[in-house]
Amino acid sequence: MIEMLKQPWPWYIAGALIGLIVPALLLLGNKHFGISANLRHACAACFPANINFFKYNWKKEMWNLFFVAGIFLGAIIAAKLLANPNPVIVNAKLAAELVGYGITDNTNLLPKELFTVQSLFTLRGLVMLVGGGFLVGFGSRYAGGCTSGHAIMGLSDLQWPSLVATVMFMAGGFIMANFILPFILSL
Amino acid sequence: MQAVKENITVQPLNGNNRIDNTDFEVRSLDSMCINESQITHPWWYNFKYMAVGIVFGIVFVKAEIISWYRIQEMFRLQSFHMYGVIGTAVVVGIISVRLIKRFNIKTMHGEKVEFHPKKFNKGQIYGGLLFGLGWAVTGACPGPLFAQIGTGVYVIAVVVLSAIAGTWTYGYFREKLPH
Repeated sequence: MIEMLKQPWPWYIAGALIGLIVPALLLLGNKHFGISANLRHACAACFPANINFFKYNWKKEMWNLFFVAGIFLGAIIAAKLLANPNPVIVNAKLAAELVGYGITDNTNLLPKELFTVQSLFTLRGLVMLVGGGFLVGFGSRYAGGCTSGHAIMGLSDLQWPSLVATVMFMAGGFIMANFILPFILSL
Repeated sequence: MQAVKENITVQPLNGNNRIDNTDFEVRSLDSMCINESQITHPWWYNFKYMAVGIVFGIVFVKAEIISWYRIQEMFRLQSFHMYGVIGTAVVVGIISVRLIKRFNIKTMHGEKVEFHPKKFNKGQIYGGLLFGLGWAVTGACPGPLFAQIGTGVYVIAVVVLSAIAGTWTYGYFREKLPH
């Protein structure tokens, strides 16, 4: 059983469990699934700077911070107790492309050549970690939510603005991965 | 028009000079994660949400949703995995929301489950596109970022701080941006 749990879980199991988070949060206390709002709560709590957008009672949304703390703890549990002993399987075409950028270590879920403290001191790493993070934070708040809030919660409630947002998330991802990221990875 | 009127209503200041933002328009632009519950509970009730988060975090890691490789494969159409995950989650979510509405299922505290229609604004287009660009670079949306740190990739803390800076910058320029 434990050996089976250590293997990568199939999409239908993961998808069903993530889908069940929607009713779980609603029925536990009328909470709407969403994660990027935590970034706003962090601003409201630490640097509100008299900006109207950050002047609200973030303590009322404390549940969301507990939720994210749970995600962090769950990841620790999975990494310590259920770690996959094998390298991550990468699509052959992607793997071949990444070799050209010097990315060959697939022992972890994130390539070590890109996601280490050392890479912060390279132009490529700095652009990806700081620039990418900035876009994620800016874009998700501008769009009014991220993958969880729009693509999962919004679509679950059949909200068409969330469909617009989800389509744009995918469009941005396609443009970046296929047309821009190759240049960044070559830096 | 009602919403515009509400925008200019002066909010009373409370003790520590912080305005309790009850402006519905501000909240609706950011309609995610609204706490709809009107009941006040002791803080430790929030541990139930932590429990849900723990399950979510384990799934994130074990289904490799936090993997940079899986996200790259999704956007290069090299793998079905992420489409399967998101698609299944949406189907299960739609069925769950339908059932809650149809049978008027109450929360565990007996409250009616509230839904609010999301209002369309251009932010969903421009912001969505910017978010997508960032998603493909970091290989993570906000949830997986926290899980990635949990698996021991501590440099992702820099990505989270940068995402908070991005959110703050949006808040700073919000009134000047097209919505």
